[in-house]
Amino acid sequence: MNILPPISCLTIVPLLGAIAVLALGAKNKRLAGGLALTFAFLALAITLVLWHRFNPISGGLQFEEVRAWIPVLGVQYHVGVDGLGLLMLMLSAIVVPMAMAASWHIQERVSLYFALMLMLEAGLFGTFTALNFFHWFLFWELSLIPAFFLIRLWGGSERAAAATQFFLYTMVGSVALLLAFLAIFLCTGKFDFMDLAEMARNGQFLPAFAAISDWHRFTAEKVALVLCFGVFLGFAVKVPLVPFHTWLPAAYAEAPTGTTMLLTGTMSKMGVYGFLRILLPIFCVQLRLVRTPLLWIAVATIVLSAYAALAQRDLKRIFAYSSINHLGYCMLGIFSILKFTGENPSLANEKAATLNGVFLQMFNHGLTAATLFWFVALLEKRSGGLRGLDDFGGLRKVVPVLCGLMGIALFSSLGLPGLNGFVGEFLIFKGTFPLATWPASVSVLGLLLTAIFILTILQRVFSGPLQERWSQMPDLTVGERLALLPAIALMFVLGLYPQLVLGVINSTAMQMVQQLRF
Amino acid sequence: MLAWTIYISFLGVPVLLLLPKGSVRAARILALLTAVAGFAVTLWGFAQQRTGELVTVARAPWVPSLGVEYHLASDGISLTLLLLTGIVAISGVLFSWNIEHRAKEFFAFYLALIGGVYGVFLSFDLLLLFVFYEIAIIPKYFLIAIWGSTRREHAAMKLALYSFVGSAMVLIGLIAAYVVAGARTMDLVQLAQFPFPIHFQMWAFPLVFVGFGILAGLWPFHTWAPTGHVAAPTAASMLLAGVVMKLGAYGCLRVAMTLFPRGLDAWGFHVFGFGSWRDVFALLALIGIVYGAMVALVQKDFKFVIGYSSISHMGFVLLGLMTLQQIGLDGAVLQMFSHGILAGLLFAVVGRMVYDRTHTRDLSELETMHLSKAIPFAAATFVLGGMASIGLPGFSGFVAELQVLIGTWRSFPLFTVVAGVGIVIGIAYTWRAMQKAFFGSSNHSAPPTVAPLPPISAPERIGAMILVGASVIIGVYPQLLLRVIVPALHSPLFDGLLKGRGK
Repeated sequence: MNILPPISCLTIVPLLGAIAVLALGAKNKRLAGGLALTFAFLALAITLVLWHRFNPISGGLQFEEVRAWIPVLGVQYHVGVDGLGLLMLMLSAIVVPMAMAASWHIQERVSLYFALMLMLEAGLFGTFTALNFFHWFLFWELSLIPAFFLIRLWGGSERAAAATQFFLYTMVGSVALLLAFLAIFLCTGKFDFMDLAEMARNGQFLPAFAAISDWHRFTAEKVALVLCFGVFLGFAVKVPLVPFHTWLPAAYAEAPTGTTMLLTGTMSKMGVYGFLRILLPIFCVQLRLVRTPLLWIAVATIVLSAYAALAQRDLKRIFAYSSINHLGYCMLGIFSILKFTGENPSLANEKAATLNGVFLQMFNHGLTAATLFWFVALLEKRSGGLRGLDDFGGLRKVVPVLCGLMGIALFSSLGLPGLNGFVGEFLIFKGTFPLATWPASVSVLGLLLTAIFILTILQRVFSGPLQERWSQMPDLTVGERLALLPAIALMFVLGLYPQLVLGVINSTAMQMVQQLRF
Repeated sequence: MLAWTIYISFLGVPVLLLLPKGSVRAARILALLTAVAGFAVTLWGFAQQRTGELVTVARAPWVPSLGVEYHLASDGISLTLLLLTGIVAISGVLFSWNIEHRAKEFFAFYLALIGGVYGVFLSFDLLLLFVFYEIAIIPKYFLIAIWGSTRREHAAMKLALYSFVGSAMVLIGLIAAYVVAGARTMDLVQLAQFPFPIHFQMWAFPLVFVGFGILAGLWPFHTWAPTGHVAAPTAASMLLAGVVMKLGAYGCLRVAMTLFPRGLDAWGFHVFGFGSWRDVFALLALIGIVYGAMVALVQKDFKFVIGYSSISHMGFVLLGLMTLQQIGLDGAVLQMFSHGILAGLLFAVVGRMVYDRTHTRDLSELETMHLSKAIPFAAATFVLGGMASIGLPGFSGFVAELQVLIGTWRSFPLFTVVAGVGIVIGIAYTWRAMQKAFFGSSNHSAPPTVAPLPPISAPERIGAMILVGASVIIGVYPQLLLRVIVPALHSPLFDGLLKGRGK
């Protein structure tokens, strides 16, 4: 049926786009942007076709491609998506054109900027579809380079420090991840995630580690725990979890806003995706041993970041901390399903609900956070770069449409029922209360704090006395309204009809829970 | 046919010298054509030889009374390094396009060096190998002493002395092997099958290994390398770091380890926790990795950063050799190729693109020049080369270091973690050099004054693209080389090495 392998095509399209933009767009700025957007939409179209052809009843991998690559290292070209992968592809394909639209005003080195964005998109597609460590790691790192340069070359005044911090944190995580996987390869001779997960399920993992456990009198259990920590570190930095988060606020605040949309909308999901696709299936037993501390780390992430957001005065930093907070819920959900439930069917259902919630939350947070940063970009454009909480006031009167639409996005971030943010958080809490009652209860505090800072933004920016200098601020243009419309519409659609996404991810969630049953 | 790589390069030397006075342009073109022809021959040989096993190229008696033969042969390891030599030679000529001072002689020495290198990689007779090895030293000396910069006489002398001490050690070991075997042959394949007494191997192995290791940048005998690389003109730095250091590593593997595999066995007693030469050299390699990286981190001179980074990267080659694992050796050979390409690329950026334009290599001076705006192509090339050099996936360095590290996990698990630290320091110094040299002082409030520098010329662009392309191709599809390297390491020649381990 397929002449062209769809996933390979999807990954190649943005790469081709990047080359085309670099080659043709050097002279003409508008041509560079237009070309980049065309390729991004082409990728979106391919993703939509995949979504349409995806069989939602099967929870397994679809559109798989397997080819020999480096036989000596057990490396195959192995790609495929299940519900989770497809959802992440869709998210990336949606957020990238949004980020491009938000970067339309970039003046310097335009073709390079858009080429880097397309490279980043290719990195994302590769990361979300690769099923072999070697191949996956290639794209995982590939996405880091364009992100670094987008921050380094087009960022704000402190960009050099922010970019370096971002790169070094992620690199240290990556090196830990790499060394851990080398050790795993050494014990098992495999790099394929599916094979490794299969081994873990059948309990063949510890015996394999026992072979090398005579180093320095480590038991196989301890070796496994150390390796699990190495992989954990790589992902924890990326998500990020407290205390590995300190690179994030600076990077998000200094990056050009279009890039921040990509960072928060898609790249932070790479970490959560790593937990779900790699760490959880392979190191389930080891993670279960440290489940309680992990849960409290997630709670700390949720509460502390919300608290930090409360103290910020820069809109971008507020939303940066709020991003950490929202992904904290995902991590809470992931760690809570590690609970041993035996054959209890009702708790298994709760686990499936939690996982569904986690998937939804990933998608929703990507969409909402990207949109919120877009609004910050629109405000910055009108205020000449100002984005402090106290720089504005009473904008409701001069730019009602901007305030109205941004209000919708803010409420979606808050988790108002009827908007997309609600469903994911609801499912996560519904599942985690029976699975991890105390952590779930404490993390409700995070919801409360989020409400406080979101309402503060509404008050300080939209209401209150109008500052004189903003009385001539132009409202959204027709073009901007049209560009924002799909994002806002999607928030309502997913809030009112979450089945659209749940239908695709439910079987995957069920299957994951089944495979984690012990 | 492969033997023509040697003949073509040496034929180029008299032809160049016979050119009429002042014909600089003809000299360049002739050198380029010679280098391309050598590479073409290698490619042809590479395409012919599908499996990577040992194939005799040429064989004739030379000094029959001593049993010395003119014996050229190639296997997958030689082929990989021949390819490397061809690629670096071509780009080296391209990056020397601006040489005006005694250009004929420059390219003549350059081709003689390349001919010697081809000879070493193809020789399977020990005396022949040694002769080519010595031939390669002479042009190196003159290239640095005549066309070099910073303290060139000192650097050239240091390099020559270190090389000669190394060769002397090698020669003693080889003669001893000849005498002990008493077989009246210098043939590598035959001698490798001779069971040398173990106590003989125990002293001959370290002697020959260190002799070759000096040229491979084995710590603490590495000090010729940074000074030599820095003083040498760009093309010579590229060849020195890219190919000549590989001569040393190749000798370690091909001669020391193949002839005296038992020399790696356990001594039977422990000194400070070391139980064999293998432990000692693995530790020296590891120190090289970390020490080279740390010294590179504090250099003020841009070229010294790259010079010391070579020590660090060659440490991975030597560590891979000492793992005595199939996968570690694969990685070591691949790392030789990868480092050859990348060292060539980085020296080209520093020496040709930056130094020839700015006439300074001081990082704090470069910091004020906004080079990323003045010569964006150089900045982009250095970023790509740096990314490849720190081992990002998608470039050749990653696959190579990955295999070395896997081998190390098996043989010296603790060392792997330290090598990992070395990689992190590697990221740091590459980073620091990149920031300072190209993206410096962008935070200054003063308006950037972009110094008017001559634009990057076409030969430089082509040379850079060849090197980056080679690294990416091997990074994405390493099977291309592993296809010949792996069977070569499976050949009976390495049986003594791989099967005798762990005793």
